[in-house]
Amino acid sequence: MLKVWNMKQQQQKDAQAEGQGQKKKKVTAAQLRVQKDLSELALGSTMRTDFENPDDILNFSLTIEPDEGMYKGGSFKFTFVISNNYPHDPPKVKCTQKIYHPNIDLEGNVCLNILREDWKPVLNLNAVIVGMQFLFLEPNASDPLNKEAAEDLRTNRENFRRNVKTSMTGGSVKGITYDRVLTR
Amino acid sequence: MATDTITNGTVSRARWQHLDTILATASPYADEDYVPGPNTVSALESSKILVIGAGGLGCELLKNLALSGFKDIHVIDMDTIDVSNLNRQFLFRQSDVGKSKAEVAAAFVEKRVPGVKITPYNGKIQDKDEEYYMQFKLIICGLDSIEARRWINSTLIDMVDESNPESLKPLIDGGTEGFKGQARVILPTLTSCIECQLSMHAPRAAVPLCTLATIPRQPQHCIEWAHIIAWPEQRKDDLLDMDDPEHVSWLYQKALTRAQEFNITGVTYAMTQGVVKNIIPAIASTNAIVAAACTNEALKLATDCAPFLSNYMMYTGDSESGLYTYTFEAEKKDDCPVCGQLAQNIAVDPVTTLEDFLGTLAERAEAQLKKPSIRTEGKSLYMRFPPGLEQSTRPNLSKKLEDLVSDGEEVGVSDPAFAIQFKFRLNFAK
Repeated sequence: MLKVWNMKQQQQKDAQAEGQGQKKKKVTAAQLRVQKDLSELALGSTMRTDFENPDDILNFSLTIEPDEGMYKGGSFKFTFVISNNYPHDPPKVKCTQKIYHPNIDLEGNVCLNILREDWKPVLNLNAVIVGMQFLFLEPNASDPLNKEAAEDLRTNRENFRRNVKTSMTGGSVKGITYDRVLTR
Repeated sequence: MATDTITNGTVSRARWQHLDTILATASPYADEDYVPGPNTVSALESSKILVIGAGGLGCELLKNLALSGFKDIHVIDMDTIDVSNLNRQFLFRQSDVGKSKAEVAAAFVEKRVPGVKITPYNGKIQDKDEEYYMQFKLIICGLDSIEARRWINSTLIDMVDESNPESLKPLIDGGTEGFKGQARVILPTLTSCIECQLSMHAPRAAVPLCTLATIPRQPQHCIEWAHIIAWPEQRKDDLLDMDDPEHVSWLYQKALTRAQEFNITGVTYAMTQGVVKNIIPAIASTNAIVAAACTNEALKLATDCAPFLSNYMMYTGDSESGLYTYTFEAEKKDDCPVCGQLAQNIAVDPVTTLEDFLGTLAERAEAQLKKPSIRTEGKSLYMRFPPGLEQSTRPNLSKKLEDLVSDGEEVGVSDPAFAIQFKFRLNFAK
């Protein structure tokens, strides 16, 4: 019986070989998952994605333009790098601008729990971008990456608000010059 | 230990006495069709099987399988032997350091168990195609990476051909991490697969970035800080290579300085290597137990002498939870991106436009897609969302299929209305 199966297999293989020859690359599980996540993104009017290479959906950038809160009027750009181990591994997210924000350091690292210690494969890209958007509506002084900014937010909210304004226009706060990020 | 004696060119069966007893005895638990006796023994001996990984688990597996009566074993591993492997990877000796794990392991077992043939392949599992995997009766994994597991899992699932039962290759997956381990049996497309169970893998324990950046409490926090924050900040042009002693020393010094600032003691060079490479000490006994469970499953699957594991056995031997195992049946996920939907062959007219093709998908009974997005492995053919991607893929809609895909290429189709994704193999009608 085994022999018969082998013969059948050989026949099928021959038929395939005749038709195609080369082995075809398959759609990977990570890509399928990203494809699904992208189709479920709820970007709203304040977020936009850009794909430098439309064929590469594992690398893209996200622009957030908050329409309320202290960061209103700014345009914040992040890169997303997704590995082939997604969704086991979280996407790597970095801010491409130098901005004044308690949860984002000057190198662009972002402190968002679901990007690191609380990531789970059941989460998706939408959960991440919602979390990112929330960082701009409610900057969080208790998880500081930029210690000075967090300290300002904690001790003097009005002063912090002014510093945000200054930094967004490309001004400097406490000797550090930030990138201009205003939309207009 | 019984050894084989060769008299007049025949190998004595003395070594296999216990195996022969098991395989010659009927069992009320065995499959109804199970016929004990010499035919079962020869079925076992003629089973060609594949072991993926020749490391901690792989060494145990190869030894166990050879001593369980398997005679035609193939082994794949892309790694070379490191001096730190020698404490538990017992098929390797000091003089083997730097050589291929697969080759050394194969030669060692062949020498110790006369009559067994072990064929090594020194390379990646991704080098091999479906035709290669098709030759085996079953596949046993002793891997340390989830990525490799996902690859072999999806490959074996894609190989399943409904018209050919032989194309279904049982996958036995062993895994260990410190004192914890797991063995599972996967029947591609029939039972829960590795992708279905992906969320069961414990994520790597991580410390919040802000803890690292502001108030470290442990020496490990200082090392992670040096790794994640100091390196990219101060040496962003150098690609970190943990096998380069200068790089490790740099991280070590940075971590040490930071630890001193916060009055933390305990940062060492070895700890720096361990934290950055995420090394969890490998425990030889965990490997031995998990490999034994996997070998047992291989023997049962190959001979039908007893029911096989259904389908997940976890083991822990750490001091906190005590010695404990639990077996349960992991369920198949309906919306699993890998086994939820098999690639279907559809015949397409190569001169049809992509837009018309997507239109036909909407009409197909099994799909009825309203807003499909479609990709091949390397190309976004049409992504309905997000807007930027839609705009840049829209021109493809008016192109002919033959200009976008090759004959027989696989496409993934997703639709927000469905949790599952569809896979189609587009065969050009001639």
